[in-house]
Amino acid sequence: MGAYIIRRLIAMAGMLVTLSVIVFLLFSVLPADPARLVCGKSCTPSIIKAINHKFGYDQPLAVQYKEFVQGIFVGRTYGEGKAAFDCHVPCLGYSFLRNEDVTTLIKDTLPITAQLALGGFVLWILVGVSIGIVAALKRGKWQDRTIMGAALVGYSFPSFFIALLLIFFVQIKFAVLGFHSYTSFFDSPAEWFKALVLPWIAVAMLYAAFYSRLTRNQMLETLGEDYIRTARAKGLRERTVIGKHGLRAGLTPIVTAAGLDLAGLLGGALIIEQVFALPGLGRLSVDSVTTSDLPVITGTVMVAAFFIILANLVVDLLYAVIDPRVRLA
Amino acid sequence: MSLASDHAVEATSTSAESAEIAGRSLTQIAWRRLRRDKVAMTSLLVVLVIVSIAALAPVITRLVGVDPSSFNDKAVSDAGGLPLGRLGGVSLAHPLGVEPGTGRDLFARLLYGSRISLLIALSATLITVTLGVSVGIVAGYSRGWLDSALGRLMDVILAFPLILILLALSNVLTQRLETTFHLGELVARVLYLILVLSLFGWPYLARIVRGQVLSLREREFVESAVSMGAGTPRILFREILPNLWAPILVYATLLLPTYIAAEAALSYLGVGLVPPTPSWGAMLADSVRYFAVDPAFLFIPGTYLFVVVLAFNLLGDAVRDALDPRAGRA
Repeated sequence: MGAYIIRRLIAMAGMLVTLSVIVFLLFSVLPADPARLVCGKSCTPSIIKAINHKFGYDQPLAVQYKEFVQGIFVGRTYGEGKAAFDCHVPCLGYSFLRNEDVTTLIKDTLPITAQLALGGFVLWILVGVSIGIVAALKRGKWQDRTIMGAALVGYSFPSFFIALLLIFFVQIKFAVLGFHSYTSFFDSPAEWFKALVLPWIAVAMLYAAFYSRLTRNQMLETLGEDYIRTARAKGLRERTVIGKHGLRAGLTPIVTAAGLDLAGLLGGALIIEQVFALPGLGRLSVDSVTTSDLPVITGTVMVAAFFIILANLVVDLLYAVIDPRVRLA
Repeated sequence: MSLASDHAVEATSTSAESAEIAGRSLTQIAWRRLRRDKVAMTSLLVVLVIVSIAALAPVITRLVGVDPSSFNDKAVSDAGGLPLGRLGGVSLAHPLGVEPGTGRDLFARLLYGSRISLLIALSATLITVTLGVSVGIVAGYSRGWLDSALGRLMDVILAFPLILILLALSNVLTQRLETTFHLGELVARVLYLILVLSLFGWPYLARIVRGQVLSLREREFVESAVSMGAGTPRILFREILPNLWAPILVYATLLLPTYIAAEAALSYLGVGLVPPTPSWGAMLADSVRYFAVDPAFLFIPGTYLFVVVLAFNLLGDAVRDALDPRAGRA
């Protein structure tokens, strides 16, 4: 197992390097004239030149990439002489538009996205997996058909339409809940909850529909296996058969999907954050795209990709823990 | 489960009088099952209606006497630009009301929106399937270095945060397409969406296909083709490919609604289609501003989008049930 983890970690590092190179190449086609963005109207070519020099944009792409990587592992210094300032490890770059280093921007926004993602995750797993199990156990009966019908309907709602409907009915039409902007849990738990509850529900509705279908299909497949018949033949109680023997094996694909979906959300729930005006990582990305804030975009893409790659590893390890039939080689 | 060429013998012993034994191809069996499925037939009908409405949008709008782009300040109030009349200005002249602010006809904009949306989703699906199937077959059949190289490539693409990349590159790449190929802005945007959706979408299908090919390549009919001296292209596309069309068809039917929703989401974020091009996502994004006063502007485009996606999803599900060899045969 140890050797396996080490091998996977090396592969993961390789993936990250490949990704960062591709991101760098892709974004080099962007009209990255960061100097023009910061220097405003009274701009002269010499100022632009100076700014470009300060942030290293006059260097060849390979050198820029080297400095980017250096920034992550040892930090880097922007500018020279008195005007110089340090960007500490892990330095993901510096945003000229916001006058802030990218790492700080991500540190400020990521927790909000994480709260949104984790809360939604807990809800959707609880709801999706449990109604999926019910549907599987009542296969072909009206409960099954109702749940699967509802799931397909839920699955067909575009994410932003669900979010808009929630806002319309809960906040405007019936005014059950006013508009609440994001507040830290430590400042006011009640406000925090009110700001996040609708986004959580929106996220959960989107994913629960998919997970109930997945769970049902997995359970049905598992319950048809020989060892389930063996367990029943041994005279085990139905609860044990379903819970211990069925669920455990049936859950492995769900763990995979859940890990990857959670990672995807952590990289920025772009649409949900946009609709509910949550100042998370996704919002930061969208804003940076509209303002062409290249260093921030590069940073958020890298962070999002990092989560996905990490989730792939974690999921494979969990697999081996849950399902004893899986051997890591 | 080879489908196109082999014939399966199935006894239609459901009722006593039709107890004769007849040979039917699996295609016929699947089609029979699909035809008996009421949900499938209804959704197929809805899909056909949606597609013909989209194809005939110019004709239909002319018959009704509306068009998607002309401003209509008589239909909206002077102060605030809200549609006059109930339900967002529903009237004989404007069957689904008008857009707040501009007074453009909503019915016409919805139809034209579905036209572009379906065009994008359909083209992206076709390209995705072509790419995914070719790469999957080659990777699965070749094994060795080519397989692992293609596998790595898929891993990298799958690790990309798709929407973020789409967002970041949209303006620049659209401009590039415009200048390089001398295209109009709309064409460039449509092309961009199609290309990026398919470029990031194919690895999922390629993995499925690869898995299937890995087991198919060990089968006797491949061996016999090899022994008769068939070349690799023939084996790949004439022997193996016909056995794959069931999973491919299912995947494609379920991919289409995903792409429809993706296009709407991108336009919602303001990077897909932009005004004055009619687009569902952009309409919904606009509706946010009129939420409280003109909810019809949220519900009408939203519901249509939902119905389209639902119909395709239902159809895809039914196709899967019909083609699934493990499902009970009636």
